[in-house]
Order: sequence, then C-alpha cells, then structure tokens
Amino acid sequence: MMSVETEIRFSLNGRPVSLKVPATMKTLAMLRDRLGMTGTKYACGEGECGACTIEIDGKTVNSCLMYAVDCDGREVVTIEGLRTPEGLHPVQQAFVDHGAVQCGFCMPGMIMQSRNLLANNPELTREQAQRGLEGNLCRCTGYTKVLDAVDAVAATNTCGGRANP
Amino acid sequence: MSETIEAITTYLAPRRLDEALQAMADGEATVLCGGTDLAPQTESGARQYKARLLNINRVEGLGGIAADGGEIRIGATTTVAEIRRSAALAKIAPVLVEAAEHFASEQIRNAASLGGNLCNASPAGDMSPPLLVLGAAVELACWRDGAAHTRRVPLEQFFVGPGKTVKLAQELLTAVVFARPAPGFVARFRKSGPRPALEISTVSVALGARVADGRLGDVRVAMGSVAPTPLRARHVEAALEGRPLDAATVAAAVAAAAEDAKPIDDVRASAWYRSHLVKVFVEEVLDDVRGN
Ligand SMILES: Cc1cc2nc3c(=O)[nH]c(=O)nc-3n(C[C@H](O)[C@H](O)[C@H](O)COP(=O)(O)OP(=O)(O)OC[C@H]3O[C@@H](n4cnc5c(N)ncnc54)[C@H](O)[C@@H]3O)c2cc1C
Ligand code: FES
Ligand code: FES
Repeated sequence: MMSVETEIRFSLNGRPVSLKVPATMKTLAMLRDRLGMTGTKYACGEGECGACTIEIDGKTVNSCLMYAVDCDGREVVTIEGLRTPEGLHPVQQAFVDHGAVQCGFCMPGMIMQSRNLLANNPELTREQAQRGLEGNLCRCTGYTKVLDAVDAVAATNTCGGRANP
Repeated sequence: MSETIEAITTYLAPRRLDEALQAMADGEATVLCGGTDLAPQTESGARQYKARLLNINRVEGLGGIAADGGEIRIGATTTVAEIRRSAALAKIAPVLVEAAEHFASEQIRNAASLGGNLCNASPAGDMSPPLLVLGAAVELACWRDGAAHTRRVPLEQFFVGPGKTVKLAQELLTAVVFARPAPGFVARFRKSGPRPALEISTVSVALGARVADGRLGDVRVAMGSVAPTPLRARHVEAALEGRPLDAATVAAAVAAAAEDAKPIDDVRASAWYRSHLVKVFVEEVLDDVRGN
C-alpha cells in the first residue's frame, strides 16, 4: 500500500511551489525526483555527511532526514538558489578561486553550510568554521582549501545575510 | 533513493495541542518531530509506521524555553540548537548547554528536538544525563473522556530499556521541567565518541551537586551508554554525598563507578573500554569541580 499523499506549498529559492508528496518522502527525494533540483546531493542518506544540506527558514538541515511534508509553508533554499544575476555567489567563487573543489560531490552541502555560517557570523574564525563544518564530510580535499576559501570570504566580508537575494 | 512503501493512511500537522492529542488517542499515530531518529529507523526497517503520521512541529505552545520562574520549562519541540544558543539556560543550567554543544552537527542540532531525544530513549541520548542531574521531570499529555490530561514523570523513572519508556502510545511528551538550581549548584558533563562531530556517545557522565565548605551535597550523578537506559549512578553518589572533596573521596567515587556502570560490548566500544572511560570521566568531572 502506498502512503497517503499530501498537498504542500512552500517557497523554493524564492519561488512558490506546490505539489503532492507521500507522507514518508524525504525532502531530498522530493527536490531531486519530483522537482528536478539535482544540485543537492544524496550520499549517505543518514545525516552523517552533509552532502544533502539545504536551508529551511534560514537554518541548515540534512534534507535526507527531513520529511517533505514538513516543508509546507516554509522557505527552502538549495544550492541552485545561491546564484546571483551577476554569476556565482561569493562563497561559490571563493571555493573556485582557492581550488577547494575536487570531485565536487560534497560541495553543494559544503557551500550551503559555509554560506550559512558566514551569513550568521561575518567574522567567522577558522576554528568556528571548522566546528560549523563538522557535519560535512569530504573524501577528496582534506578540508584545508575549503577552510582557506571560507577564511577568504570572512576576511572580505562579502557574504550577504540572506541566501536568496 | 527508494521510498519505503508504508501503509500511512492519514497525515496530520495540527496547530492545537488538543487536536494533536485527539489524533493519537487510539494509540495509532506515529509522532514526527525533527525526524532525525524516525527517518533512519524507518528507512532501515528497524521501525514500522502506524496508520497515522502526526507532525507536531506546528503545534502552538510546544516549543520554547520558559526560564523566568522557579521552575524551568523547555517545550518538547525545542531544538538542540535552541538549547545551545539559549542565554537563559547558559546562566541557569550550563550543563545542558554544554551537552547541546557536543551534540552531532549543526544540521542535526537544527532539526533534533529535546522531546525526540528523550522519547527515542537511546542509552546514548545526550540530553538525558544532564537532565537527570538537574532532577528533571517530563510532562506527558493524553486525551481521555473529552479532555486533555497531563501527568509528570521524573526522568529517572521514564526510561525502561533501549527505545522503551513508560510513555503510553496515546501520550505526547509536551515539556521537560526542572526546579531552578539553588545557589552553589555546580554541574559538569563529559562525553566521548569516535569522532569529534556526530558522535554517538561511547560513554557519557554528568555530575550535579551543591558545593558548600568544600563538601558536596544533594549529589546526582548520571551515566549514558553504560546500561540499557541512561541511569543515576547511586554508588558514586553515595561515595560523594556529604564528603569533603579531597583525593580520597575522588578515589572512592572512581572505584564506585564500577558498581554502577554495567556496559556491554558493541560495535562502538568494548565493555572494558567503557568501564575504563567512565572512571576517567568521574575523576575528570570531580577534579574539575575541585579546581573551581
Ligand atoms: C547523524 C546523526 C547524529 C546524531 N548525533 C546524536 C548525538 O550526538 N547525541 C544524541 O543524543 N543523539 C544524536 N542523534 C540522534 C537524534 O538526532 C536525537 O535523538 C534527536 O534529538 C531526536 O529528535 P527528533 O526531533 O529528530 O526526533 P524524531 O526522529 O522526530 O522522533 C524520535 C522518536 O520520538 C518520538 N517523538 C518525538 N517527539 C515526541 C513527543 N513530543 N512525544 C512523544 N513522542 C515523540 C517519535 O515518534 C520517534 O519515535 C543523531 C542522529 C543522527 C542521524
Ligand atoms: S546524504 Fe544527507 S547527510 Fe549524507
Ligand atoms: S570534493 Fe570530493 S567529496 Fe569533497
């Protein structure tokens, strides 16, 4: 038997969406399979790695654990929402400039979490960044260049408060 | 990702507590809060959904921290992140903030609720040892005979076994309450796990006591991951109560820890290692209090 479907409405990267989702569907599956937003990545599926990090009402969560029905009435921002009309978001640009990206699979989550940390604390220290990124695993970079990129944004204070301009 | 096919026939996200309690009055509802335990447990098949999925995140009055009076009250849907950031709790019960500080990752803390942590009843649940030393109780509400009824259960009587509590299927945990700690009350929390982030505690120890004239009074010691439930360490407490806080007392308390901690071998650590860690933590928290 299939789970009951529920109609939900929420804001996705600043645009209203509405759709029907099964009660047990997770937000990650909804984003990728129902809404075609494949920027957010599925890796562990258990809350351990942070590849699926999104922002909901200004706070980051693991979308692989969050029930899609719980998005109803809320503001969701994914990696696709960071791009500005001028191009990459300053945090994305810093990751590129510092060579912080290798295979890239962890990066949408890494950048969502970094951007949120920087927006909440423009004077983020390296140690605070390290702690704030504890829930984001990367199998390639060894984290040093990731932290360099975050440091650079903190130094120039170029991270706006809201994910969605 | 495969969505498990489940027989959920109703989904509800009520705004009023009465509606939530009515929706679970027949015991046939699965409560959803942050989902950080429910999602992995149902995905892995360790747990089945009931016919109704009841999302309590929209219920008004279930969240928030009330810390003005003599009784401190933390609503069930309050997240671990909110506890970590609470300036009021940092003053009144820093031991709870410390435990929140060492809880998982920011993404998990933003979703994980206090009520979910207690109802999940893991022996490793990190909110339990600090709340046990604060002498906390939980409020359980249910709908019966056309009205809401609430009972209070001391946290130390709440846990029955791994994943098991005295809460009935028709009951919702609405809040955690504890008396404002008296002046002179000190408390400490230690936990260990294999990696700094996302650690499921290998072992945790909390101590709470009133310190006066170099002696400990009203001592409460709690341990996690050393038994089927988080527990009060009665032998350690007895070794400390009313004693001068000197090296001999610390040694006696460390020795008594072996009486309270009955750990098992599992994938995270051996029983031997856990027994050892518990002693180290008991010594550390006492040395820390002595140093004050
Ligand atoms: C990667 C990862 C790391 C973690 N790290 C830690 C850690 O460091 N320390 C730790 O203690 N835990 C940890 N956890 C476990 C989990 O995050 C916590 O137990 C969390 O507090 C559960 O809250 P929740 O709101 O997500 O609960 P949910 O998953 O929504 O619910 C948990 C259980 O409680 C029931 N329930 C929830 N609220 C109520 C209520 N008010 N009344 C009645 N029943 C209710 C649900 O039906 C379910 O059975 C971790 C989990 C993950 C996935
Ligand atoms: S895929 Fe969600 S945390 Fe790993
Ligand atoms: S760049 Fe490959 S996992 Fe992080």
